[in-house]
Amino acid sequence: MVKVTVDMDVCQNHGQCVFAAPDIFRIDEDGRLAYVASPDAALRDDAEDAADVCPLQAIRVEG
Amino acid sequence: MAGAGIAVVGASLGGLRAAEQLRAAGWRGTITLFGDEPHLPYNRPPLSKEVLAGEAPASGTQLRRRPSVEDVEWRLGTAVATADLTARTLTLADGRVHPYEGLVAATGVRPRRLPLPGGPPRHVVRTLEDSAALAAELVAGARVLVIGSGFIGCEVAATARTAGCEVTVVAPESEPMVLAIGEDLARALRHRHEARGVRFRMGHLATALTPRGAVLDDGTELDADVLVEAVGSLPNTEWLAATPGLDLTDGILCDAHLRIGGLPHAVAVGDVARFPNPRYGPLPRRVEHWSVPGDTARHAARTLLAALTDTSRDPAPCAPLPSFWSDQFTLRLQSFGQPALADRAELLSGDPESADGDLLYGYYLGERLIGVAALGGPAAAAAAARHRAELMTLPEPVV
Ligand SMILES: Cc1cc2nc3c(=O)[nH]c(=O)nc-3n(C[C@H](O)[C@H](O)[C@H](O)COP(=O)(O)OP(=O)(O)OC[C@H]3O[C@@H](n4cnc5c(N)ncnc54)[C@H](O)[C@@H]3O)c2cc1C
Repeated sequence: MVKVTVDMDVCQNHGQCVFAAPDIFRIDEDGRLAYVASPDAALRDDAEDAADVCPLQAIRVEG
Repeated sequence: MAGAGIAVVGASLGGLRAAEQLRAAGWRGTITLFGDEPHLPYNRPPLSKEVLAGEAPASGTQLRRRPSVEDVEWRLGTAVATADLTARTLTLADGRVHPYEGLVAATGVRPRRLPLPGGPPRHVVRTLEDSAALAAELVAGARVLVIGSGFIGCEVAATARTAGCEVTVVAPESEPMVLAIGEDLARALRHRHEARGVRFRMGHLATALTPRGAVLDDGTELDADVLVEAVGSLPNTEWLAATPGLDLTDGILCDAHLRIGGLPHAVAVGDVARFPNPRYGPLPRRVEHWSVPGDTARHAARTLLAALTDTSRDPAPCAPLPSFWSDQFTLRLQSFGQPALADRAELLSGDPESADGDLLYGYYLGERLIGVAALGGPAAAAAAARHRAELMTLPEPVV
Protein backbone atom coordinates (compact mmCIF):
# COMPACT_ATOMS: atom_id res chain seq x y z
CA MET A 1 0.00 0.00 0.00
CA VAL A 2 1.06 3.58 -0.67
CA LYS A 3 0.62 6.35 1.86
CA VAL A 4 -0.30 9.79 0.53
CA THR A 5 -0.40 12.92 2.66
CA VAL A 6 -1.16 16.48 1.63
CA ASP A 7 -0.13 19.39 3.79
CA MET A 8 -3.45 21.24 3.72
CA ASP A 9 -1.86 24.37 5.20
CA VAL A 10 0.29 24.57 2.09
CA CYS A 11 -2.22 23.39 -0.56
CA GLN A 12 -3.65 26.24 -2.64
CA ASN A 13 -6.11 24.22 -4.73
CA HIS A 14 -4.16 24.31 -7.98
CA GLY A 15 -5.78 20.98 -8.84
CA GLN A 16 -2.85 19.71 -10.91
CA CYS A 17 -2.81 16.51 -8.82
CA VAL A 18 -6.36 15.78 -9.97
CA PHE A 19 -5.21 15.69 -13.60
CA ALA A 20 -2.20 13.53 -12.76
CA ALA A 21 -3.98 11.06 -10.48
CA PRO A 22 -7.78 11.28 -10.76
CA ASP A 23 -8.18 8.00 -8.84
CA ILE A 24 -6.52 9.52 -5.79
CA PHE A 25 -7.36 13.22 -5.85
CA ARG A 26 -10.51 15.19 -6.53
CA ILE A 27 -11.85 18.65 -5.85
CA ASP A 28 -15.04 18.44 -3.80
CA GLU A 29 -18.21 20.53 -4.24
CA ASP A 30 -16.78 23.32 -2.06
CA GLY A 31 -13.71 23.57 -4.28
CA ARG A 32 -11.49 21.88 -1.70
CA LEU A 33 -9.09 19.05 -2.26
CA ALA A 34 -10.11 15.56 -1.16
CA TYR A 35 -7.89 12.50 -1.53
CA VAL A 36 -7.45 8.81 -0.80
CA ALA A 37 -4.80 8.52 1.92
CA SER A 38 -3.97 4.86 1.29
CA PRO A 39 -4.40 4.14 -2.40
CA ASP A 40 -3.69 0.76 -3.96
CA ALA A 41 -0.02 0.04 -4.65
CA ALA A 42 -0.83 -0.02 -8.36
CA LEU A 43 -1.39 3.72 -8.13
CA ARG A 44 2.12 4.47 -6.86
CA ASP A 45 3.31 6.00 -10.14
CA ASP A 46 0.21 8.16 -10.35
CA ALA A 47 0.79 9.34 -6.79
CA GLU A 48 4.41 10.22 -7.62
CA ASP A 49 3.27 12.09 -10.73
CA ALA A 50 0.75 14.05 -8.67
CA ALA A 51 3.38 14.98 -6.11
CA ASP A 52 5.67 16.14 -8.94
CA VAL A 53 3.12 18.48 -10.48
CA CYS A 54 2.03 20.16 -7.25
CA PRO A 55 3.30 23.76 -7.58
CA LEU A 56 3.36 24.03 -3.79
CA GLN A 57 5.11 20.67 -3.34
CA ALA A 58 2.51 19.86 -0.70
CA ILE A 59 2.10 16.14 -1.47
CA ARG A 60 4.12 13.37 0.20
CA VAL A 61 4.22 9.78 -0.99
CA GLU A 62 5.55 7.03 1.27
CA GLY A 63 5.61 3.28 1.59
CA MET B 1 32.75 5.65 -22.66
CA ALA B 2 30.49 2.84 -21.45
CA GLY B 3 29.98 3.22 -17.71
CA ALA B 4 30.47 6.97 -17.77
CA GLY B 5 26.74 7.34 -17.29
CA ILE B 6 24.40 10.20 -17.94
CA ALA B 7 25.35 13.78 -17.17
CA VAL B 8 22.62 16.28 -16.37
CA VAL B 9 23.70 19.91 -16.59
CA GLY B 10 21.53 22.23 -14.48
CA ALA B 11 20.33 21.06 -11.06
CA SER B 12 16.95 22.72 -10.80
CA LEU B 13 13.41 21.63 -11.63
CA GLY B 14 14.22 20.31 -15.12
CA GLY B 15 17.43 18.56 -14.10
CA LEU B 16 15.85 16.86 -11.11
CA ARG B 17 12.83 15.70 -13.07
CA ALA B 18 15.07 14.40 -15.83
CA ALA B 19 17.05 12.29 -13.34
CA GLU B 20 13.83 10.92 -11.84
CA GLN B 21 12.37 10.13 -15.24
CA LEU B 22 15.57 8.39 -16.33
CA ARG B 23 15.21 6.10 -13.32
CA ALA B 24 11.49 5.63 -13.97
CA ALA B 25 12.31 4.64 -17.56
CA GLY B 26 14.73 2.00 -16.32
CA TRP B 27 18.21 3.58 -16.35
CA ARG B 28 20.27 1.91 -13.62
CA GLY B 29 23.62 3.44 -14.55
CA THR B 30 25.34 6.44 -13.07
CA ILE B 31 23.61 9.82 -13.16
CA THR B 32 25.68 12.91 -12.38
CA LEU B 33 23.92 16.22 -11.84
CA PHE B 34 25.96 19.38 -12.30
CA GLY B 35 24.57 22.60 -10.88
CA ASP B 36 26.32 25.94 -10.60
CA GLU B 37 24.15 26.99 -7.65
CA PRO B 38 25.22 25.67 -4.23
CA HIS B 39 21.69 24.43 -3.41
CA LEU B 40 19.79 21.24 -4.01
CA PRO B 41 16.92 21.84 -6.45
CA TYR B 42 14.45 24.38 -5.12
CA ASN B 43 11.19 25.84 -6.32
CA ARG B 44 11.36 29.27 -7.97
CA PRO B 45 7.71 30.44 -8.04
CA PRO B 46 7.63 31.32 -4.31
CA LEU B 47 10.66 33.59 -4.80
CA SER B 48 8.47 36.39 -6.16
CA LYS B 49 5.56 35.56 -3.85
CA GLU B 50 5.69 33.90 -0.40
CA VAL B 51 9.48 33.97 0.04
CA LEU B 52 9.73 37.56 -1.16
CA ALA B 53 6.92 38.50 1.23
CA GLY B 54 8.72 36.81 4.11
CA GLU B 55 5.73 34.47 4.56
CA ALA B 56 7.58 31.26 3.82
CA PRO B 57 11.08 30.29 4.87
CA ALA B 58 13.51 29.76 2.02
CA SER B 59 14.05 26.24 3.41
CA GLY B 60 10.43 25.48 2.54
CA THR B 61 11.15 25.82 -1.16
CA GLN B 62 13.17 22.62 -1.61
CA LEU B 63 11.74 20.44 -4.33
CA ARG B 64 10.57 16.99 -3.33
CA ARG B 65 12.96 14.34 -4.63
CA ARG B 66 11.83 10.83 -5.49
CA PRO B 67 13.59 8.06 -3.55
CA SER B 68 14.80 6.72 -6.92
CA VAL B 69 17.37 9.53 -7.19
CA GLU B 70 18.99 8.93 -3.81
CA ASP B 71 22.05 7.43 -5.51
CA VAL B 72 22.63 10.13 -8.11
CA GLU B 73 25.82 12.07 -7.78
CA TRP B 74 25.21 15.73 -7.00
CA ARG B 75 27.95 18.09 -8.16
CA LEU B 76 26.60 21.33 -6.75
CA GLY B 77 28.47 24.61 -6.95
CA THR B 78 30.01 23.16 -10.11
CA ALA B 79 29.44 25.03 -13.35
CA VAL B 80 29.97 23.27 -16.64
CA ALA B 81 32.17 25.53 -18.76
CA THR B 82 32.05 23.78 -22.12
CA ALA B 83 30.76 20.61 -23.72
CA ASP B 84 32.01 18.64 -26.68
CA LEU B 85 28.95 16.80 -27.92
CA THR B 86 30.90 14.81 -30.46
CA ALA B 87 33.58 13.55 -28.09
CA ARG B 88 30.94 13.35 -25.35
CA THR B 89 32.86 15.22 -22.68
CA LEU B 90 32.12 18.11 -20.36
CA THR B 91 34.78 20.49 -19.13
CA LEU B 92 34.02 21.92 -15.71
CA ALA B 93 34.79 25.45 -14.58
CA ASP B 94 37.80 24.12 -12.63
CA GLY B 95 39.20 22.52 -15.78
CA ARG B 96 38.39 18.91 -14.99
CA VAL B 97 36.97 16.82 -17.81
CA HIS B 98 33.94 14.61 -17.32
CA PRO B 99 33.09 12.00 -19.98
CA TYR B 100 29.49 10.93 -20.43
CA GLU B 101 27.39 8.48 -22.44
CA GLY B 102 24.26 10.59 -22.50
CA LEU B 103 23.63 14.27 -21.82
CA VAL B 104 20.64 16.22 -20.53
CA ALA B 105 20.84 20.00 -20.89
CA ALA B 106 18.70 21.68 -18.22
CA THR B 107 20.45 24.99 -17.73
CA GLY B 108 17.38 27.25 -17.78
CA VAL B 109 17.57 31.00 -18.22
CA ARG B 110 18.93 34.01 -16.36
CA PRO B 111 17.40 37.49 -16.10
CA ARG B 112 18.14 39.89 -18.90
CA ARG B 113 19.58 43.13 -17.54
CA LEU B 114 18.73 46.67 -18.60
CA PRO B 115 21.41 48.04 -20.89
CA LEU B 116 21.68 51.19 -18.72
CA PRO B 117 24.41 52.09 -16.23
CA GLY B 118 23.93 53.47 -12.71
CA GLY B 119 20.66 53.82 -10.86
CA PRO B 120 19.45 53.16 -7.32
CA PRO B 121 20.08 49.68 -5.85
CA ARG B 122 19.13 47.25 -8.64
CA HIS B 123 17.57 43.81 -8.26
CA VAL B 124 16.45 40.82 -10.31
CA VAL B 125 14.55 37.76 -9.11
CA ARG B 126 15.73 34.36 -10.24
CA THR B 127 17.54 32.73 -7.32
CA LEU B 128 17.08 32.31 -3.57
CA GLU B 129 19.79 34.90 -3.01
CA ASP B 130 18.08 37.39 -5.36
CA SER B 131 14.80 37.01 -3.50
CA ALA B 132 16.38 37.44 -0.07
CA ALA B 133 18.26 40.55 -1.18
CA LEU B 134 15.14 42.19 -2.58
CA ALA B 135 12.98 41.15 0.38
CA ALA B 136 15.30 43.09 2.68
CA GLU B 137 14.47 46.29 0.75
CA LEU B 138 10.69 45.92 0.66
CA VAL B 139 9.97 47.97 3.77
CA ALA B 140 6.77 50.00 4.12
CA GLY B 141 7.09 53.35 2.39
CA ALA B 142 10.01 52.36 0.15
CA ARG B 143 9.59 53.60 -3.42
CA VAL B 144 9.91 50.58 -5.68
CA LEU B 145 10.25 50.98 -9.42
CA VAL B 146 9.59 47.82 -11.41
CA ILE B 147 10.82 47.88 -14.98
CA GLY B 148 8.97 45.28 -17.02
CA SER B 149 5.38 44.06 -16.74
CA GLY B 150 5.64 40.37 -17.49
CA PHE B 151 4.69 37.89 -14.87
CA ILE B 152 7.69 38.41 -12.61
CA GLY B 153 7.29 42.20 -12.80
CA CYS B 154 3.59 41.98 -11.91
CA GLU B 155 4.17 39.51 -9.08
CA VAL B 156 6.96 41.60 -7.56
CA ALA B 157 4.76 44.71 -7.86
CA ALA B 158 1.93 42.98 -6.00
CA THR B 159 4.20 41.58 -3.29
CA ALA B 160 5.93 44.95 -2.78
CA ARG B 161 2.61 46.79 -2.63
CA THR B 162 1.27 44.30 -0.10
CA ALA B 163 4.38 45.03 1.99
CA GLY B 164 3.37 48.71 2.01
CA CYS B 165 5.78 49.98 -0.64
CA GLU B 166 5.00 52.73 -3.16
CA VAL B 167 5.11 50.80 -6.41
CA THR B 168 5.35 51.98 -10.01
CA VAL B 169 5.59 49.67 -13.02
CA VAL B 170 7.09 50.93 -16.29
CA ALA B 171 6.94 48.94 -19.53
CA PRO B 172 6.69 49.61 -23.28
CA GLU B 173 3.66 47.37 -23.87
CA SER B 174 0.08 48.63 -23.78
CA GLU B 175 -0.92 46.53 -20.76
CA PRO B 176 0.83 44.32 -18.18
CA MET B 177 1.24 40.68 -19.29
CA VAL B 178 -0.45 41.56 -22.57
CA LEU B 179 1.75 39.21 -24.58
CA ALA B 180 0.69 36.24 -22.46
CA ILE B 181 -3.02 36.91 -21.95
CA GLY B 182 -4.16 39.46 -24.54
CA GLU B 183 -5.42 43.03 -24.31
CA ASP B 184 -8.76 42.54 -22.52
CA LEU B 185 -7.71 40.37 -19.62
CA ALA B 186 -4.47 42.35 -19.28
CA ARG B 187 -6.44 45.58 -18.90
CA ALA B 188 -8.57 43.99 -16.18
CA LEU B 189 -5.41 42.84 -14.46
CA ARG B 190 -4.03 46.38 -14.51
CA HIS B 191 -7.26 47.80 -13.09
CA ARG B 192 -7.09 45.39 -10.20
CA HIS B 193 -3.49 46.32 -9.50
CA GLU B 194 -4.40 50.02 -9.64
CA ALA B 195 -7.34 49.48 -7.28
CA ARG B 196 -4.75 48.17 -4.81
CA GLY B 197 -2.45 51.13 -5.26
CA VAL B 198 0.09 50.07 -7.90
CA ARG B 199 0.84 52.79 -10.47
CA PHE B 200 1.57 51.98 -14.12
CA ARG B 201 3.42 53.93 -16.78
CA MET B 202 2.59 51.69 -19.73
CA GLY B 203 3.90 52.55 -23.18
CA HIS B 204 7.15 53.91 -21.79
CA LEU B 205 10.78 52.93 -21.65
CA ALA B 206 13.38 53.91 -19.10
CA THR B 207 16.10 55.71 -21.04
CA ALA B 208 18.47 56.57 -18.18
CA LEU B 209 19.05 55.68 -14.55
CA THR B 210 20.23 58.05 -11.85
CA PRO B 211 21.02 57.41 -8.20
CA ARG B 212 17.56 58.84 -7.44
CA GLY B 213 15.58 56.78 -9.91
CA ALA B 214 14.87 56.62 -13.63
CA VAL B 215 14.20 58.93 -16.56
CA LEU B 216 11.54 57.83 -19.03
CA ASP B 217 11.45 58.35 -22.79
CA ASP B 218 9.02 61.27 -22.36
CA GLY B 219 11.41 63.05 -20.01
CA THR B 220 9.50 62.18 -16.81
CA GLU B 221 11.69 61.47 -13.80
CA LEU B 222 10.55 58.79 -11.40
CA ASP B 223 12.04 58.74 -7.92
CA ALA B 224 12.88 55.31 -6.58
CA ASP B 225 14.74 53.79 -3.64
CA VAL B 226 14.80 50.36 -5.24
CA LEU B 227 14.79 49.27 -8.86
CA VAL B 228 13.62 45.84 -10.00
CA GLU B 229 14.61 44.69 -13.47
CA ALA B 230 12.05 42.25 -14.82
CA VAL B 231 12.74 42.58 -18.53
CA GLY B 232 12.82 38.99 -19.68
CA SER B 233 15.46 36.33 -19.75
CA LEU B 234 18.44 34.93 -21.61
CA PRO B 235 18.88 31.18 -22.07
CA ASN B 236 22.03 29.72 -20.48
CA THR B 237 23.57 28.17 -23.57
CA GLU B 238 27.12 29.55 -23.67
CA TRP B 239 28.53 26.21 -22.46
CA LEU B 240 27.33 24.61 -25.70
CA ALA B 241 28.77 27.21 -28.02
CA ALA B 242 31.94 25.24 -28.73
CA THR B 243 30.04 22.42 -30.43
CA PRO B 244 29.72 23.36 -34.10
CA GLY B 245 26.39 23.19 -35.86
CA LEU B 246 24.07 23.79 -32.93
CA ASP B 247 21.35 26.42 -33.26
CA LEU B 248 21.47 28.45 -30.03
CA THR B 249 19.73 31.58 -31.29
CA ASP B 250 17.02 31.39 -28.61
CA GLY B 251 17.71 28.52 -26.28
CA ILE B 252 18.74 25.11 -27.60
CA LEU B 253 16.98 24.11 -30.80
CA CYS B 254 15.61 20.58 -30.41
CA ASP B 255 13.68 18.22 -32.64
CA ALA B 256 10.23 16.88 -31.79
CA HIS B 257 11.86 14.35 -29.44
CA LEU B 258 13.92 16.98 -27.64
CA ARG B 259 17.19 15.82 -29.19
CA ILE B 260 19.76 18.59 -29.47
CA GLY B 261 20.70 19.32 -33.07
CA GLY B 262 19.53 15.84 -34.08
CA LEU B 263 22.30 14.24 -32.02
CA PRO B 264 21.27 10.87 -30.60
CA HIS B 265 22.88 11.17 -27.17
CA ALA B 266 21.92 14.65 -26.08
CA VAL B 267 18.53 16.07 -25.09
CA ALA B 268 17.31 19.33 -23.57
CA VAL B 269 14.49 20.06 -21.10
CA GLY B 270 12.76 22.99 -19.40
CA ASP B 271 13.15 26.73 -19.98
CA VAL B 272 16.25 26.34 -22.15
CA ALA B 273 14.70 23.94 -24.71
CA ARG B 274 13.21 25.27 -27.94
CA PHE B 275 11.11 22.57 -29.55
CA PRO B 276 8.16 22.21 -31.93
CA ASN B 277 4.89 21.41 -30.18
CA PRO B 278 2.53 19.71 -32.66
CA ARG B 279 -0.41 21.27 -30.82
CA TYR B 280 0.62 24.64 -32.24
CA GLY B 281 2.32 23.93 -35.56
CA PRO B 282 5.89 23.21 -36.64
CA LEU B 283 7.59 26.38 -35.34
CA PRO B 284 9.92 25.52 -32.42
CA ARG B 285 9.30 27.62 -29.30
CA ARG B 286 10.65 28.02 -25.80
CA VAL B 287 8.09 28.02 -22.99
CA GLU B 288 9.06 29.38 -19.56
CA HIS B 289 6.32 27.75 -17.51
CA TRP B 290 6.77 25.61 -14.44
CA SER B 291 4.87 22.70 -15.99
CA VAL B 292 7.25 22.35 -18.93
CA PRO B 293 10.37 20.96 -17.17
CA GLY B 294 8.32 18.04 -15.87
CA ASP B 295 6.63 17.30 -19.18
CA THR B 296 9.78 17.61 -21.26
CA ALA B 297 11.84 15.59 -18.77
CA ARG B 298 9.52 12.61 -19.15
CA HIS B 299 9.77 12.65 -22.93
CA ALA B 300 13.48 13.48 -23.09
CA ALA B 301 14.40 10.69 -20.67
CA ARG B 302 12.73 8.10 -22.92
CA THR B 303 14.36 9.58 -26.02
CA LEU B 304 17.80 9.39 -24.43
CA LEU B 305 17.38 5.85 -23.06
CA ALA B 306 16.18 4.57 -26.42
CA ALA B 307 19.42 5.87 -27.94
CA LEU B 308 21.64 4.50 -25.16
CA THR B 309 20.06 1.07 -25.07
CA ASP B 310 19.50 0.80 -28.83
CA THR B 311 15.77 0.32 -28.51
CA SER B 312 13.08 2.14 -30.40
CA ARG B 313 11.67 5.27 -28.91
CA ASP B 314 8.10 6.44 -28.49
CA PRO B 315 7.23 7.62 -32.01
CA ALA B 316 4.83 10.32 -30.79
CA PRO B 317 6.42 13.78 -30.60
CA CYS B 318 6.63 15.69 -27.33
CA ALA B 319 3.34 17.59 -27.09
CA PRO B 320 2.83 19.05 -23.63
CA LEU B 321 -0.18 21.23 -22.86
CA PRO B 322 1.41 24.45 -21.60
CA SER B 323 -0.10 25.82 -18.42
CA PHE B 324 0.91 28.57 -16.05
CA TRP B 325 -0.41 30.29 -13.01
CA SER B 326 0.53 33.52 -11.33
CA ASP B 327 -0.46 34.81 -7.89
CA GLN B 328 -0.78 38.59 -7.56
CA PHE B 329 -2.28 40.03 -4.39
CA THR B 330 -4.99 37.48 -3.59
CA LEU B 331 -5.73 36.99 -7.29
CA ARG B 332 -4.85 33.84 -9.16
CA LEU B 333 -4.22 34.03 -12.86
CA GLN B 334 -4.49 30.56 -14.41
CA SER B 335 -3.84 29.74 -18.04
CA PHE B 336 -4.00 26.53 -20.06
CA GLY B 337 -2.89 26.22 -23.69
CA GLN B 338 -1.27 29.02 -25.69
CA PRO B 339 -3.36 32.22 -25.46
CA ALA B 340 -0.41 34.11 -26.95
CA LEU B 341 -0.92 32.42 -30.33
CA ALA B 342 -4.61 33.26 -30.64
CA ASP B 343 -6.06 35.69 -33.17
CA ARG B 344 -9.08 36.48 -31.00
CA ALA B 345 -10.07 36.42 -27.33
CA GLU B 346 -13.63 36.01 -26.14
CA LEU B 347 -15.07 36.66 -22.69
CA LEU B 348 -16.54 33.33 -21.55
CA SER B 349 -17.77 34.47 -18.15
CA GLY B 350 -17.56 37.35 -15.70
CA ASP B 351 -17.79 41.14 -15.87
CA PRO B 352 -14.53 42.81 -16.90
CA GLU B 353 -15.63 46.12 -15.37
CA SER B 354 -16.02 44.67 -11.89
CA ALA B 355 -13.11 45.25 -9.55
CA ASP B 356 -13.10 41.79 -8.04
CA GLY B 357 -15.28 39.21 -9.78
CA ASP B 358 -13.98 36.12 -11.57
CA LEU B 359 -13.12 36.42 -15.26
CA LEU B 360 -12.68 33.68 -17.84
CA TYR B 361 -11.46 34.23 -21.39
CA GLY B 362 -11.23 31.78 -24.28
CA TYR B 363 -8.55 32.25 -26.95
CA TYR B 364 -9.22 31.14 -30.51
CA LEU B 365 -7.20 30.56 -33.63
CA GLY B 366 -9.86 30.54 -36.30
CA GLU B 367 -12.60 28.40 -34.81
CA ARG B 368 -10.30 26.36 -32.62
CA LEU B 369 -10.01 27.01 -28.88
CA ILE B 370 -6.25 27.08 -28.22
CA GLY B 371 -6.15 28.59 -24.75
CA VAL B 372 -8.13 29.71 -21.72
CA ALA B 373 -7.12 32.12 -18.97
CA ALA B 374 -8.90 32.98 -15.75
CA LEU B 375 -8.40 35.72 -13.20
CA GLY B 376 -9.94 35.75 -9.75
CA GLY B 377 -10.44 33.17 -7.04
CA PRO B 378 -10.22 29.36 -7.00
CA ALA B 379 -13.57 29.07 -8.77
CA ALA B 380 -12.21 30.96 -11.78
CA ALA B 381 -9.21 28.66 -11.99
CA ALA B 382 -11.50 25.64 -11.69
CA ALA B 383 -13.64 27.00 -14.54
CA ALA B 384 -10.54 27.32 -16.70
CA ALA B 385 -9.54 23.76 -15.84
CA ARG B 386 -12.85 22.48 -17.19
CA HIS B 387 -11.66 23.39 -20.70
CA ARG B 388 -8.53 21.34 -20.33
CA ALA B 389 -9.88 18.23 -22.07
CA GLU B 390 -10.82 20.27 -25.14
CA LEU B 391 -7.40 21.93 -25.19
CA MET B 392 -5.72 18.52 -24.94
CA THR B 393 -7.26 17.37 -28.23
CA LEU B 394 -4.53 17.35 -30.85
CA PRO B 395 -5.29 19.01 -34.16
CA GLU B 396 -5.05 16.95 -37.36
CA PRO B 397 -2.66 16.07 -38.82
CA VAL B 398 -0.05 15.43 -36.16
CA VAL B 399 3.47 16.05 -37.47
C1 LIG C 1 10.69 34.31 -9.51
C2 LIG C 1 10.06 33.30 -10.42
C3 LIG C 1 8.70 33.04 -10.30
C4 LIG C 1 8.09 32.10 -11.12
N1 LIG C 1 6.75 31.87 -10.98
C5 LIG C 1 6.12 31.02 -11.83
C6 LIG C 1 4.71 30.82 -11.72
O1 LIG C 1 4.03 31.39 -10.87
N2 LIG C 1 4.13 29.97 -12.60
C7 LIG C 1 4.83 29.32 -13.57
O2 LIG C 1 4.24 28.56 -14.36
N3 LIG C 1 6.19 29.47 -13.68
C8 LIG C 1 6.84 30.32 -12.83
N4 LIG C 1 8.21 30.49 -12.94
C9 LIG C 1 8.96 29.75 -13.99
C10 LIG C 1 9.55 28.44 -13.50
O3 LIG C 1 10.11 28.58 -12.23
C11 LIG C 1 10.59 27.95 -14.52
O4 LIG C 1 9.88 27.65 -15.69
C12 LIG C 1 11.42 26.76 -14.06
O5 LIG C 1 12.20 27.08 -12.93
C13 LIG C 1 12.33 26.27 -15.16
O6 LIG C 1 13.11 25.20 -14.70
P1 LIG C 1 14.47 24.77 -15.41
O7 LIG C 1 15.00 23.65 -14.60
O8 LIG C 1 14.22 24.59 -16.86
O9 LIG C 1 15.42 26.05 -15.31
P2 LIG C 1 16.02 26.77 -14.02
O10 LIG C 1 15.06 26.66 -12.88
O11 LIG C 1 16.44 28.12 -14.48
O12 LIG C 1 17.29 25.91 -13.67
C14 LIG C 1 18.47 25.91 -14.43
C15 LIG C 1 19.63 25.67 -13.49
O13 LIG C 1 20.82 25.44 -14.24
C16 LIG C 1 21.89 26.17 -13.66
N5 LIG C 1 22.93 26.37 -14.68
C17 LIG C 1 22.93 27.25 -15.70
N6 LIG C 1 24.05 27.15 -16.44
C18 LIG C 1 24.80 26.17 -15.87
C19 LIG C 1 26.06 25.58 -16.17
N7 LIG C 1 26.79 25.98 -17.23
N8 LIG C 1 26.54 24.59 -15.36
C20 LIG C 1 25.80 24.17 -14.30
N9 LIG C 1 24.60 24.69 -13.97
C21 LIG C 1 24.09 25.67 -14.75
C22 LIG C 1 21.20 27.43 -13.20
O14 LIG C 1 21.98 28.14 -12.27
C23 LIG C 1 19.93 26.87 -12.59
O15 LIG C 1 20.11 26.44 -11.27
C24 LIG C 1 8.85 31.43 -12.11
C25 LIG C 1 10.23 31.70 -12.24
C26 LIG C 1 10.82 32.63 -11.39
C27 LIG C 1 12.29 32.92 -11.55
